[in-house]
Amino acid sequence: MARHLLMAGGGALGFYLLTSALSPYDDFQIGEIALFAVALAGLSVLTGGNGQISLGHGALMAVGAYTIALEMTHTHINFVVELLVSIATATAVGVVVGIPATRLKGPYLAGMTLILAVGLPLLADKYSGTFGGDQGLTTTPPTAPGSVNPEEWLAWIEIIGALVTLVLLANLMKSRFGRAFRAVRDDEISAALAGVNVARTKVLAFGVSATCAGLAGAFLAVSTGVVNTGEFPLSLSIGILAGMVLGGAGSLMGVWWGAIVLVYLPQWSTSLSNAFNLGSGVAAYLATMIYGVVLIVVMLLAPSGVQGGLRRAGLQLQTTLQRWRPE
Amino acid sequence: MSLFLNVTLNGVANGMIFAAVALALVFIYRATRIINFAQGAMGMLTTFIAFSLLDKGLGYWEAFVAALAIGFVLGVVVERVLIRPLHGKPEINPVIVTIGLLVVLEGLAGSIWGNSSRGFPPAFSQTGLRIGSTRLDFSHLDLFIVGAVVAVMLLTLVLFRGTNLGLRMRASAFAPEIARLLGVRVGRILTLGWGIAALAGSLAALLVAPTTSFGPYFMDLNLVFGFTAAVIGGLESPVGALVGGLITGLSISYVGGYLGSSLQPLGALALLMVALMIRPQGIFARPQARRV
Repeated sequence: MARHLLMAGGGALGFYLLTSALSPYDDFQIGEIALFAVALAGLSVLTGGNGQISLGHGALMAVGAYTIALEMTHTHINFVVELLVSIATATAVGVVVGIPATRLKGPYLAGMTLILAVGLPLLADKYSGTFGGDQGLTTTPPTAPGSVNPEEWLAWIEIIGALVTLVLLANLMKSRFGRAFRAVRDDEISAALAGVNVARTKVLAFGVSATCAGLAGAFLAVSTGVVNTGEFPLSLSIGILAGMVLGGAGSLMGVWWGAIVLVYLPQWSTSLSNAFNLGSGVAAYLATMIYGVVLIVVMLLAPSGVQGGLRRAGLQLQTTLQRWRPE
Repeated sequence: MSLFLNVTLNGVANGMIFAAVALALVFIYRATRIINFAQGAMGMLTTFIAFSLLDKGLGYWEAFVAALAIGFVLGVVVERVLIRPLHGKPEINPVIVTIGLLVVLEGLAGSIWGNSSRGFPPAFSQTGLRIGSTRLDFSHLDLFIVGAVVAVMLLTLVLFRGTNLGLRMRASAFAPEIARLLGVRVGRILTLGWGIAALAGSLAALLVAPTTSFGPYFMDLNLVFGFTAAVIGGLESPVGALVGGLITGLSISYVGGYLGSSLQPLGALALLMVALMIRPQGIFARPQARRV
C-alpha cells in the first residue's frame, strides 16, 4: 500500500509539473489520457487479472456518460455526487450483464459484451426524447477555483481520479480478491476445488471493471461537453481493448501507453493517410484498422504488451549486469 | 393476424440465416475450441469479392461457387498464419486475434469498395409466395435459404458423427496429444476445420447479402444473432445451431415487429441472458465431465 501511494504521489507531482508547463489544449489532452487510463485499468484487471474479455467497455462508458449528462440536465446536485451515481449505474449494468456470463467458460463474456456494445447505443436512438437523439445531451464542467484555468482544473480532476483508481486497483490485485481473480483465470476447476466461488469472483471482476469504465465515461462526458451515440461506436470498445493489450494485459503501469495511443491515434492516422495520399475513404477506416493490426501483432509477437516487453528488457539488463560484476 | 403470420415467416427466414452463422461458429468451436469473432467479416469479404466478380460479368452461380472457394482458402490462411502460432498459449489470445481480424477486414473492405451501400443481386425471386389470394412475406429466395441451411446442417452432422474425418477432427480438438500419438495429423485437421467453417460462414454471408443493404458492416448484427443462436442451441451441436437459430430468429422478429427494430440487439441480449440462466449449456448439449 505504501509503495503504491508513493508511486501515485510521484505521478501526481510529475503531472502537476507537466500541466503547469503546457498549454490549455495540451492539458485537455493529458486529462483525456488520464480518463482513458482509468477505463484501460479496469479492462486490464478484468482480462489480465481474471481472464475474461469484454468488447463492451465503450457501452459501459456510455452508461456513465449518459447518466452524468442526465443528472446535469435534470438536477442540480454536487458534482462528486453526480460522479458517484454514474459510477454506480455503470457498475449495476456490469453486474447484470456479468451474472449470466459466468454460466459459461471461456470467451462468452466477449460475445455478450459485443451484443451490449452494438445494442446499447441503439437504445439511446430509440428513446431519443430522453437521450437527446442525434444531438445528444450537454454537460457542464465543474467550475474552477480562482485563477486556475478550466482545462487545467478538469485535467487535474481526471488525473486525481486516475491515480486514485490505480492505487485502489493495485491494492485490490494484491489482496485476497486479486488472488481469487488470478486463480479463476488460471484454472477454474482447481480454484473451485480450493474453495473460491468462481461465479462470484467473475462477477466481482466484471463489476470492478464496469465501475472504472463508468468513471471514465463520466469524465469523457464532462470533458467533451456533449454526449451522443456517435461518441460510443463499437470501434471505441475495440480501441480500448487494443490499448489495453498494447500496454500489457494485467499491467496497471502499462495503461498509460495504451491511453497515449488512444488519445493521439486519430491525429497520427490522419497525418499518416495524408502523408501517403490515401484519400478520405481510407482515412475513415485507418484508425480502426490500426487497432485491429495492433491486436493481432501484439498477440502474435509480444503478448504481454509494452510493459511486459519493458519488464523483460529490465530483467535481461539485470542478469547481464550481474554477470559482469567482478566476483 | 396477417402481421403475425408475416412476422413469423420473417422470423423463420432470418432464423435460418442466424443458424448458418451459428453453424460456422459451432464448426470452429467443435474442431478447434476457439470462437471466431471474425466469422461474419470473413464471409463479408468473400461476398464483396463475389460482387466484384459479378460486376466483371461472371455468371451468378460461378461467382457463388468462387466465393465459397475463396472463403475456404481464407479460412486456411487465417488458421495457418494467425492462429497456429498461438497454440499452447492462453486460450484468450486467439480470440483477441480474431477480434483484431474482424476490425481489419471491415476496414479493408471499406477502403477497397467504399462505404456506400449497394445491392447484391439475389439468386431467386424475392417476391412473396402466393397462397390462394394472399401474398406472404416469404419468397423463393427465403425457401432457398431454408433449404441450403438445412442441407449444410445435415452435412455437418454426417461429417462429425459418421465419417472418419469427423472422428479425427473431434479427436484433434479434444485430445490433440493422444490424437497425435494415434497418427492423426492434428495440424492439418485443424487447418481443414477452419477452411470448412469459413466456407459455411461465406455461405451465410452470400445468403444474407441480397436481403439487406450491403456494406462492410452488414454481417455485424448477423454475427451477434448467430452467436446468440449458437449459445442457445449448444455450442457443440449442429442441430442446436438450427434450433437456436429458429428461436433467435422468431424472437428477434417479434421484437422487431411489435417493439421496433432498434431494440432487436437488446432483445437478443435479453434472450441470451434468459437462456444462460435457465440452461447455460444450451438445449442440445451433452453432459460433460470436466478435467481437473
